Amino acid sequence: MIFEETIGTDTLKNAVQAVQALSDTAQSAAEHSEGFNFAHLLDHIKDGREVDFPGGHFELPHFEPVHIGSLVIDLSPTKHVFFLLLIAVLLLWVAVSAARKHRKSLIPTGFTNLMELMVLFVRDEIAIPNMGQAGLKYVPYLLTTFFFILLMNLAGLVPFGATATGNIAVTAGLAIVAFVMIQVAAIRAHGVGQYLKHLTGGVHWALWPIMIPIEILSLFTKPFALCIRLFANMTGGHTVILSLIGLIFLFKSIYVAPVSVVFALGIDLLEILVAFIQAYVFTILTTLFMGLGMQSEEHGQTNTEHH
Amino acid sequence: MEQMAHAWGYLAAGFGAGLVILGASYGIGKLAAAAMEASGRQPEVAGQVRTSMLIAAALIEGVTFFALAICIILATK
Repeated sequence: MIFEETIGTDTLKNAVQAVQALSDTAQSAAEHSEGFNFAHLLDHIKDGREVDFPGGHFELPHFEPVHIGSLVIDLSPTKHVFFLLLIAVLLLWVAVSAARKHRKSLIPTGFTNLMELMVLFVRDEIAIPNMGQAGLKYVPYLLTTFFFILLMNLAGLVPFGATATGNIAVTAGLAIVAFVMIQVAAIRAHGVGQYLKHLTGGVHWALWPIMIPIEILSLFTKPFALCIRLFANMTGGHTVILSLIGLIFLFKSIYVAPVSVVFALGIDLLEILVAFIQAYVFTILTTLFMGLGMQSEEHGQTNTEHH
Repeated sequence: MEQMAHAWGYLAAGFGAGLVILGASYGIGKLAAAAMEASGRQPEVAGQVRTSMLIAAALIEGVTFFALAICIILATK
């Protein structure tokens, strides 16, 4: 196609340049103006180097990046790492003090009562129906998962708190641990030979080239789904709340504030429910996958209890 | 032409999010309807029905969030 330099292509080039200049000025205006810069709105759920507390903030220390071969790893703690450690210490304190009081007298009172309620819930409703009596040795891991995720989800809802599970690296770490535990449960129950046989799915050996890649793929998609589900639920909820509050700044009018705050309050209450539900779903899906691996030969033997 | 690509990206992200919500809410709505009916027929199993309903709803929402994550990547890149 013969393309001659017509006025059309010139104006097109000029138009593109003009649009680019406009967007550049708009961006710099947004950053230097006294108006509200919406890019900073999402900083509330993103990771950062400062931890806010009422009255100010403190900067987290910067460590030198570590060079391993050609890999550069930056080990300095960020806000989410700080909250991970904080929640871990809090959970250790709560759980150990509840266990100590339980040792003194079997009848729980007060806070120990609440902990016993939730521990029994995880053991009797989640672990035993799906894994049978052999599942009792995995109950500590399931309890850790449940309470850790629950506390991290709830920490994002208090003022000056940050949701560590809103960081995909944190949920990926939890999912990797779940993946390892699922394989460990399957291998400990029946040995490595049975575990590999489960990967074939019990079909005729001619179908193995099709079956084995699918089974291996499904091994990896299950924890990946756990990771993405937890991350997206937490981040999505907080994004909705921030967007509702940001509407006040967008309209620059105070009359939007009552509507906005009421809706944000409703979504906040929903977020508390979602925090519990997501912790519960992570735990019960991990238990289901472990129970699937621990089942004996499929001749009507399942681990489910019949009430 | 970067702006054109960004514009199509925003449009696709918007349509994608809408379609995702359509599918997910239809699925979870059917699930909730079946659960209500079962609870109405046999109120003793309402607790177990509620548990299974929550698990199935969380699984469906998990798939939803896969698609939503793709939409967000489209809109921000």
